[in-house]
Parts: sequence; structure tokens; C-alpha cells
Amino acid sequence: MYKLTANNITVSYESKNIIEDVSIELNKGEIACLLGVSGVGKTTLFNVISGLIKPEKGTVELDGKDITGKAGNVSYMLQKDLLLPYKTIIDNVSLPLVIKGEKKSRAREVASVYFEEFGLEGTQKKYPSQLSGGMRQRAALLRTYLFSDQVALLDEPFSALDSITKSSMHRWYLQVMDQIKLSSLLITHDIDEALVLADRIYIMAGKPGRITEEMCIEEPMPRNKDFNVSNRFLEYKKKILNVLK
Amino acid sequence: MIKKLQNITNKISPALAIIAILCLWQILSFTGVVPKFMLPSPVDVVTAFIDDFPLLMEHAETTLAESFLGLIIGTVLGFVIAVIMDCFPIVYKSIYPILILTQTVPTVAIAPLLVLWMGYGILPKITLIVITTFFPIAIGLLDGFNAADPDALNLLKAMGANRAQCFIHIKFPSSLSHFFSGLRISVSYSVVGAVISEWLGGFKGLGVYMTRVRKSYSFDKMFAVIFFISFISLVLMFGVTLLKRASMPWDRIKEDSKFK
Repeated sequence: MYKLTANNITVSYESKNIIEDVSIELNKGEIACLLGVSGVGKTTLFNVISGLIKPEKGTVELDGKDITGKAGNVSYMLQKDLLLPYKTIIDNVSLPLVIKGEKKSRAREVASVYFEEFGLEGTQKKYPSQLSGGMRQRAALLRTYLFSDQVALLDEPFSALDSITKSSMHRWYLQVMDQIKLSSLLITHDIDEALVLADRIYIMAGKPGRITEEMCIEEPMPRNKDFNVSNRFLEYKKKILNVLK
Repeated sequence: MIKKLQNITNKISPALAIIAILCLWQILSFTGVVPKFMLPSPVDVVTAFIDDFPLLMEHAETTLAESFLGLIIGTVLGFVIAVIMDCFPIVYKSIYPILILTQTVPTVAIAPLLVLWMGYGILPKITLIVITTFFPIAIGLLDGFNAADPDALNLLKAMGANRAQCFIHIKFPSSLSHFFSGLRISVSYSVVGAVISEWLGGFKGLGVYMTRVRKSYSFDKMFAVIFFISFISLVLMFGVTLLKRASMPWDRIKEDSKFK
């Protein structure tokens, strides 16, 4: 059974369809990428899956349970890290637990267990402004994970980083994912990023946005550092570019 | 190093300007260009201040007590109004213009009315201070609530947060710096409000002292009390800055890391 499915989702705004009949499946522990140009409706789809907006048609199911239009089930991370500047890192990442009704001290305890695993040691009492962009994204991912260890939606999480930080973040991300096995759906408009990170790639195109292609990347995880300069990588890339044309 | 030097010159230049003005004033008064009984020299003002110091302190106590009480009530009221307006858009729409309107009415104009209604006691004074202080607080907070990052709010909603949680974790903390800007204004308003209401009647307070020395044409004492009042306002405003620093430690850290 799939971990998460979005079935025949249609969303319209002012009687014009933004996305139409979009279906997506996510296996447990898998990283799937949603690839497409800006404005194709990727974020709209995320808003539906996270329960922030209700679709005109279609359903969202988590472990076979209908969660359409219900917030609080899958976690969400954006390109902006959205760490609250007035909270320390530990309070920022433990916020989802506090929202769920956990006591502050207990939430901190639970959160601090993961700091080493996420490469965040020593940042507990710092404020977000004292951290680099990469570290802030790590903290944001930890917060996302603490919110839900079921499914995470990542909306261009690394696109605000410079390319060197980005590739080191990719390696870090795959390493963490290998340990925590968080099923995630990741939006990107960067083909290379999708190829490095994804088990499966959905390509979204058109107006209204539809899934035009689904592609499996048969490459063991965590991926070799040299994968993105290999021939296989280029073949995949060529294929995607052809679809996007 | 250069930064430090710049800091010192930044502080020195206004100090020099003040000293220059005081010297000019002393000379004008000393040479008799302006008659001494109309414009006492700075030295006269200081002497008057020292002579009347115990009396001034006594009056200041009353004024400060009124200011604080009024300020506290005004702040609480401003806070409550801002929260209600934020919760209910319909209230926001209908009250906002009225709020602005109340601020176009000059304080001095309604003060006598308040005295007529409420007598010479502490009540009209507190009322006047509340009227003048709640506004900057309410507007500051409302601006702050509106300035809250909509993406952060969405994120919290996606986490399943209710409205109260959104308020506690996002809206209120993001409005703090606006709140303190409002409080700085309100603090100085509260002292001025207290003095003005004391002019119109009362038994004690710096405003009462002012009317008395005015009636006896003691210009030196008039000047002394005027400077004293602005000194009090400055100290209180500085107090607000300290309070802001203490309650918003992240703000200072942000500034520090900018220069690193």
C-alpha cells in the first residue's frame, strides 16, 4: 500500500483550473520529486496535500485514510526556512511538538535527541540569525521531521542556497534520509537536484498543470558523489529535457 | 577602530551643539540683550532647580504616580483593543476610523471637559493619560500583527495550530518591536498628559507647581520645571529602551552578527 496518495486532484481559481486531474503516489521511505517550471501549480498541489486548501475534485489519502482538506497530518517545509527569529533553534524545532500540546520542557528534550543526527550540535541556544543558510535549512528540516515522521512536503528547500552549499546539503540530506526514512515529496525546478535526490520523478507541465511523465531513477541510495558527472546521469537528464520541451 | 571613533564623534557633536546653545543663552542673558526677568540665564535656572529641589521632588512623585497608573491602564486597554480588532475584522473596519478620529482631538481641548465631569481629583488626570497613551500602543500592536509573516502563519496552520497558538507563537512576538516603539511614544505622552491635566486644577503635581510659579512670574522656576519634565520623559524613554533590550535579546544578537 502507498504511504500517501493524491487522487485525481483538480483545483481551480476564479473558474479556471490551475491543476487538473493530478495523481501522485508516494511509497514508504521514498523520496519523490515533483519537477516543473514555475507557475505550473506545484505549490498549489502541496497546499492541497497539506490540507491548507480544499480541492474542487479529488482526495488525499495517508495510509489509506482520507485527509482531504485536513491540516496537521503531513509536514511542510518551504524555500524560506521560516525559523522564527525570536525563538532559539531548540524552541524553533520543537515548536510542532508544542503545537500538538506537548509541554515546552518535554518538547525540548525530544527535539534535542536529533541535533547530532542532523548536524546541528551546539546550535540549541542560538538564534536563527546566528546560523548560516545551510544550517538554518537543517534546522527547518528537523522541525519538519518533528512535526510529522510520516510524510514531508518540501517546497524547493535548497533553492535559496548557493550552489556549493547546495551540493553539500544534498549529500547531507540523503545521509539523514537514509537514517530517518522519512517519506518525502520534494518540489524543484532544478533537474540536477531532482536526479541527485529522487527515487522517482514526476514531471508536471501545461496549463492547467498535469503530470506528464513519471520516471524512476534506478540508482542506489545514498547516491555516489560522482553520480552527477556520470553518463547515466546525462542520459536521464536528456530524457527529462525531451519531456519538458 | 574607525567604527569606535565614529561612535564617539557621533556622540560628541550633539553634546557640543547643546553646550554652544547654553553658552549663547548665558551671554544673551548676561549682557542684558534680553531682560533678565523674562529670560533667566542657565545658571539662574540651575540655582532655582537646586533651591526648589525638595518641593519639585514632592510634586514629581504625584505626577509620576499619575503617569504610571494612566500608562498601565492605557497599555492594557490598547492591548485589549488591538487583540479584539485583530480577531474580528468587522470590529477592525468599524473602529479604526474612530480611533484615528479620537487622536485628532487635541488633548488640551478635552482636558477642561474632563475636569468639569470628574472634578479636581486624580480621575480626570488618569482618564486623560489613558486617552492619550492607549492609541500609540494599539496602533503599534495592530501594525505588528499585520506585519506577521503570512508564510509563517501558514506553516503553523499546516501544523494544525489553532488561532490562539498562531497568536502566541507568531503574531504577538512579531509585534513586539512595534509595541515598544508605541510604548516609547506613550511614555512621553503620559508625562505631558499628566502635567496638562494638572494645570487645570489639582492639589499637587508638577503641573500645579507650574501654574503656581507662573502666577508669581518666577521665570527661572518655570524653566527649571520645564527642563525637569523633559528630563523625566527622557529617562522614561530610556527605560523603555532597556526594557525592550531585556525582552528581545534576539534583536541585539541580530545587530551584532551584522557587523561580524
